[in-house]
Amino acid sequence: MQLQKIAFFILSVLALGSAILVITRRNAVHSAMWLIATLFSVGGIYLMLRAEFLFAVQIILYVGGIMVLFLFVVMLVNLDVAARQAQFSRQWLLGLVTVAVLAGELVYGLYRGHAALRLAPAGVAAATGGNTEAVGLALYQNYTLPVEIASIMLLVAMVGAVVMAKKKLE
Amino acid sequence: MIPPEYYLLLGTGLFTIGVIGVLTRRNVIVILMSIELILNAVNINLVAFSQWFKSVDGQVFAIFVITDAAAEAAVGLGLIIALFRNKETVNADEIDLLKW
Repeated sequence: MQLQKIAFFILSVLALGSAILVITRRNAVHSAMWLIATLFSVGGIYLMLRAEFLFAVQIILYVGGIMVLFLFVVMLVNLDVAARQAQFSRQWLLGLVTVAVLAGELVYGLYRGHAALRLAPAGVAAATGGNTEAVGLALYQNYTLPVEIASIMLLVAMVGAVVMAKKKLE
Repeated sequence: MIPPEYYLLLGTGLFTIGVIGVLTRRNVIVILMSIELILNAVNINLVAFSQWFKSVDGQVFAIFVITDAAAEAAVGLGLIIALFRNKETVNADEIDLLKW
């Protein structure tokens, strides 16, 4: 029980700390590295929540796929000039005020509403079999149409990315 | 078991940091990374509720969110390459063609 809390706090501090480093580093490659650290910590949170399949997806797809894509683009785009310029836009103060209001609202809502979470049903017993099996059954039985739509969306995104990155359109 | 509001607070923190990144950074690539932070915050909330309600539906939605993130990253990075080819800049506030 106590060990779980300690693990949760360590993972949270890692996730939040590296997230802050993501948005403050001057070099975009460093930002990408810290984003990978954040993604690993969030993967650890998934493990704590017994979402093992999602943990694997997080590592394979996010860290292995999306972050490699990011690093490729960082290398394709010349960032040396941008690294020497100002990193924050002129309206950063206004942005911070907006975010402070937003965070205040979210925390206030959580503070006022967290009693409702206590009333939530404990739910039925977890399905037998592994987490991957349960997710797979839900994906292909209850969510067949969304899966197909997601595949079409990925196809469109793939074509769109190729068209966008093409040198010249014939 | 850790109460769900801990996870919600963590999600709030990650979301807030992501929004700060989107609103204050100039580098478009870092802005895209901040959007990934926001999507991860949402995923933490979904999975936390999924465990709280003992249903995998939240995890299925988190998988769809990750799919979205992959598509968004591919298109967004393609846009950045096209942008850099035409404007020679990655700063969001220098892309002001539509601004009067």
